[in-house]
Amino acid sequence: MPLDWAYVAIFALVGAAMAALPLAIVWLIAPRSSYPQKRLAYESGVIPFGTAWTQVNVRYYLFSLVFLLFDVEVVFIYPWTVVLRSLGMPAFIAMAIFLVLLTIGLLYEWKKGALEWA
Amino acid sequence: MAGEAIAFYILTGMIVTAAAIVVGSKNIVHAGVSLVPVLLGVAGLYVLLRAEFLTVVQILIYVGAITVLLLFVILLTEGATGLRTRQRNEQVPLAAAVAALFLVTLLVALTRTPWALTNQPSAAYNIGAVGTSLFTTYVLVFEVAGLLILASLVGAIVIARKES
Amino acid sequence: MGVALFLNIVTALLEIELVRMFLSVVAVFTFVAIGGAMFLVLMERKVSAWIQARIGPRHVGPGGVLQTIADTVKILQKEHIVSAQADRFMFSLAPIMVAVAALLSYVVLPWGPGVIVRDLNVGLLYFAAVSSVGVIGILIGGWASNNKYSLYGGLRSAAQMISYEIPLGLALLTVAVLTGTLSTAKIVEAQPYPLLYYPFILVNAFIFITAATAETNRVPFDLPEAESELVAGYFSEYTPMRFAVFQLGEYGALFANSALFVTMFLGGWRGPFDLPLIGAVGSGIIWFLLKSYAIVFFLMWVRWTYPRLRIDQLLNVSWKVLVPLGLVNLLVVSFFVVMGW
Repeated sequence: MPLDWAYVAIFALVGAAMAALPLAIVWLIAPRSSYPQKRLAYESGVIPFGTAWTQVNVRYYLFSLVFLLFDVEVVFIYPWTVVLRSLGMPAFIAMAIFLVLLTIGLLYEWKKGALEWA
Repeated sequence: MAGEAIAFYILTGMIVTAAAIVVGSKNIVHAGVSLVPVLLGVAGLYVLLRAEFLTVVQILIYVGAITVLLLFVILLTEGATGLRTRQRNEQVPLAAAVAALFLVTLLVALTRTPWALTNQPSAAYNIGAVGTSLFTTYVLVFEVAGLLILASLVGAIVIARKES
Repeated sequence: MGVALFLNIVTALLEIELVRMFLSVVAVFTFVAIGGAMFLVLMERKVSAWIQARIGPRHVGPGGVLQTIADTVKILQKEHIVSAQADRFMFSLAPIMVAVAALLSYVVLPWGPGVIVRDLNVGLLYFAAVSSVGVIGILIGGWASNNKYSLYGGLRSAAQMISYEIPLGLALLTVAVLTGTLSTAKIVEAQPYPLLYYPFILVNAFIFITAATAETNRVPFDLPEAESELVAGYFSEYTPMRFAVFQLGEYGALFANSALFVTMFLGGWRGPFDLPLIGAVGSGIIWFLLKSYAIVFFLMWVRWTYPRLRIDQLLNVSWKVLVPLGLVNLLVVSFFVVMGW
């Protein structure tokens, strides 16, 4: 099993190097010239004012919080899929209770309007 | 085994270096992104412990979900103004004292504990074994975990609604 | 004599694990670059032209087939520009992260009988995990540009990708329940005929293909790069080669998701008959590629047919339609499995 993950690590490292290779080629052979206007951020031709690094909307945070909790829920189901056949009905009932709990959570979010963007 | 030892030291080096950046970086977005190598390094340690399921869960939950959540929080709370946060304030001596005390406690605990050492590689905890124990021995714990997630969902909404 | 020696050296080298690792990365990367990004860009241009009753690229090579090669040569000569107020390091890191996340998902794709880089026990979960890492790349790419359009493109993209990861996960789980395994190679073995015969699997396939479209940021879920409102979203500040590396990740993920769809629902590398001359493995690979490109074609057809959703509609589709549907579907299918029907 560590061998499988050695492959994954090599994929990440060598893959990153291979993705960086064309960038290095460009860095070597492409022409270079720099003047202030060229290094402005492109905002539809208007000279940018201020920075884009400002506070963003709270909704992104709320959605990622809901996502995190559901992601944890989904992770619990993965081992269950493998053993469902051998454990049979008791495992099914255990998961059904778990999913009902989570569905209550989803309905609560829904009713409270946490899933609304507006 | 030598290969695994080398892998262990490489992973530890990666974790410690990246963790130092997380703590020390003045730019908090950089600090947040530096959590990615820390968490991936921990996933690598799980590989060495033959805990394949935990490895993947570490990547899925910590790297894929919690880091994203953290980045959203950083972008939400600190705008351009707070981007470069101060690293020190007037409580430095107190913080140093607490940290030193914690270090001593940890060292005492580490040296006093009789560790059950073995030369054998750890047994494989495959996903089937995790599933079997989760749905037989620990089924009650599993349902409680479901309740806990439900409580967190409700709690998140209550707190967020109050603030907005 | 020389040939025999050469062959001996090659077999000896192939027995070294590290050499095999490097060769597999290089092979997969080459496929992602040529069969993924370069070919799919050309295909996208030809399909869109066909749908819009145009001709598309036609000057470079016969029928324009060499167009993307010419484009690649061109963008190799284009300057890297980083805007003065951008965060240089994060800006350069982001495209590579997205490309690597897409590349990693190829580790568990079964190309043919026994042709798979590593058959992980937790293959499906691994696929979901590595594709979720790409979100961070997109988010920091949008942030590092320090451009309002890029930031909002990146944020929208991240919000969309995380919302659709839940239905995607539920779709994967239903397949895992039916086949009793998370290993992609075993899922193919468990389907002597395509899994789609099962009525509930149609629902499941619908959830998966919708979620996969959203995960790859394609129309009708292309808000992140909505060119009419956000210039090009998180791509706005990126000059050609870095943009191309982003595209490598996007098209790589597009092919990987299509291939996973084929693996889970259409019998993977199994074909109706073995093709002559190339043996079982060769024809398995050919069938796998044919089916995967057919799904890619379907997704392109969708892209050039439908308009874009609004962000509230987009999140509603995920949380109020696909997630409940996926939960119910999972329970129904697993009930049938437990009852042994």
